[in-house]
Amino acid sequence: MKKGTMIALLLGVLTIVLVVAGTLWPGASAVVYAGQRTLLSSSSTPEAAVRNLGEEIRRQAWQEAYSNFANKAQFTESDFVHDMTGTYPGLLTYATLDKFDVLPLHATADDAQIRLKLYWATVVGTSITTRDLHIVKNGDHWEAEWPIVKQARVPPQVIPVNYLRWDVIYRGSGDDWGDQDVEAPHVRIVDMHPVERADGVIIMGELLNEDVVPAYVSVTATLMSKTQVPMATESSFDKISHLLLPKQVTPFLIKFPNRTLSDVGSVRMTPTSALVSASADPVIEIDNEHLNPSPAASLTGQLTNQSGRVVNVAHVLGTFYDKSGQLVWVADEYINTPLLSQIPVPFEIHIPEDLAGKVSSERAVIATFSIGGSQ
Amino acid sequence: MRFRLISLIGSIAAATLQVAIAQGGMVLPKTIEAGAAFSIQCSGTGKATLYIVGPGQVLKREVQLGAPINFSAGSLYIAGHFVVVLATDNSTQDGSLDVLPLQKPAELSFLAKPSRLQVGLHDGITGSVYVFDVYHNLIDTALPVSFELTTPSGAVQKHVVATRNGSAWTAMDSTAQQGIDKFSARMGDISSTRIVGQVPGDPCGLKMTARQSGQQVELATDQIRDCNGNAVPDGTIVTFTETYTGSQSTVDVPIKHGIAEAQMPSHAGAMITVASGVVLGNQIRWEK
Repeated sequence: MKKGTMIALLLGVLTIVLVVAGTLWPGASAVVYAGQRTLLSSSSTPEAAVRNLGEEIRRQAWQEAYSNFANKAQFTESDFVHDMTGTYPGLLTYATLDKFDVLPLHATADDAQIRLKLYWATVVGTSITTRDLHIVKNGDHWEAEWPIVKQARVPPQVIPVNYLRWDVIYRGSGDDWGDQDVEAPHVRIVDMHPVERADGVIIMGELLNEDVVPAYVSVTATLMSKTQVPMATESSFDKISHLLLPKQVTPFLIKFPNRTLSDVGSVRMTPTSALVSASADPVIEIDNEHLNPSPAASLTGQLTNQSGRVVNVAHVLGTFYDKSGQLVWVADEYINTPLLSQIPVPFEIHIPEDLAGKVSSERAVIATFSIGGSQ
Repeated sequence: MRFRLISLIGSIAAATLQVAIAQGGMVLPKTIEAGAAFSIQCSGTGKATLYIVGPGQVLKREVQLGAPINFSAGSLYIAGHFVVVLATDNSTQDGSLDVLPLQKPAELSFLAKPSRLQVGLHDGITGSVYVFDVYHNLIDTALPVSFELTTPSGAVQKHVVATRNGSAWTAMDSTAQQGIDKFSARMGDISSTRIVGQVPGDPCGLKMTARQSGQQVELATDQIRDCNGNAVPDGTIVTFTETYTGSQSTVDVPIKHGIAEAQMPSHAGAMITVASGVVLGNQIRWEK
């Protein structure tokens, strides 16, 4: 018998043996995925109770989670579900729980404080929510008290909005050659600053729409070597507010992983713009912006939707400057709860610790997304 | 000796003529105007196939040698260099002819750029014209084109430029007043018009006032105009920033009805600034 045939036969037998072994003695996670039972263990400790809760949230087993709460008399299951996924569509509505951390804070014989950190997988990346839970002993097991955050309700009302809107009629396919089309908006990079970080070269800057029409914008940067040969090209992707109304300014940040500034001779910047239909509403006010020093340096504040239309996803971009007004850093945060009319929603943008000491002032801008688009 | 030489030349000429007749010689015009009727004379006897091949057009015709081949008006209408091939059963001959554009313009392709620009820009508006005949051939002989820019104030800028290699271009100034320009190119009784929008420049002398409104401070700008006195269009973003005790509030609001308004939290000692794009306005220290 040939050597190759022997190996094939051996692999076949081994596969059959492993399949039989896996069927007769399956792993715990395999059983869960097969739907026979869950990874839940007995809530004999505060940590186990919170781990069970995290697992129930991951499986979106809302009823099970709700039935195990010690304080379920204070709210309904529906309140709990809305607390988790939102009353109005938002980032968390279509997210799934990727993982969770259980961090014990304090414990006695009868109660405990435990922090539950939830890592949601959303369309824009991981969104983290944190809840500090009070765990109480009930007989031989522990139960969590859920710190319900009841969703704010906007009273029924009519909010008159005489908003501005731009519509565009583009050149038609049947138009003759030589017919002019509508001009693309004029945009200008008003600030640009390259820096080297541990993970590569970063190009930051600010882009101004200096036109009188709205613009869909993007910025592309090409690193040129000292011999003027292109080394790499990247775009700002989501580290920019893509829709700029007239005279609006957005920061942008472009990452070049695994590059060093010493290899770069020059940077070629290419801002692009396209004329798009847009609406001037909603207007979002940013209140109580505050630069928090190290440790855990951040920009915090509150967003208030001054319009009647629900903003389903808000994206806050922070631009940070030093004392001389030089651009130091650009950071952002997606808000995972929808912005309802006149209901303030907090935000927190983290600033790298090594740059926090240099930051002297900031400017925040908001990009918004509403289901149904700009109407 | 002289007589023998003349007889030799005469014999050679006669032989050449015979060969030409036998193979079907072609007499064709060197140039024709696009769309004009023309004819080709093919000497000889018998049947042949005539091909006329040029840019974007091919003609094929079965012909009787010895008779003139007539082409009606409109047969060849694309300007360019055409190769003419006469093929018989046992030989081919070729020649060429040039089709020239008509001298009478029938169409102007007018490119005006930009379609929108700020007021008061020297040579900010450019116009290019390409002159075509009725068959859409570029007319490459020099012809005068008249460019006219009628500005919102009614003033007219006029330039007359001769075409060169079929095109002419000019540059005009945008004027101080916002509005719609009519930019036209004219050649004889043919004209083409484009619309150019003159839009206001950056805000000039941006100024706001503040007043108490309950727990809020109500901010409103004066009518926002550019340095030429044109109203900055509604929808332009104006940013109000309030700085107080280490914190800050910001709101980007669009201009509505010529002014920008916003309400912000009232903090005694707050510094409130207003800006639009790269233009800074006044600042107010709020003491209430």
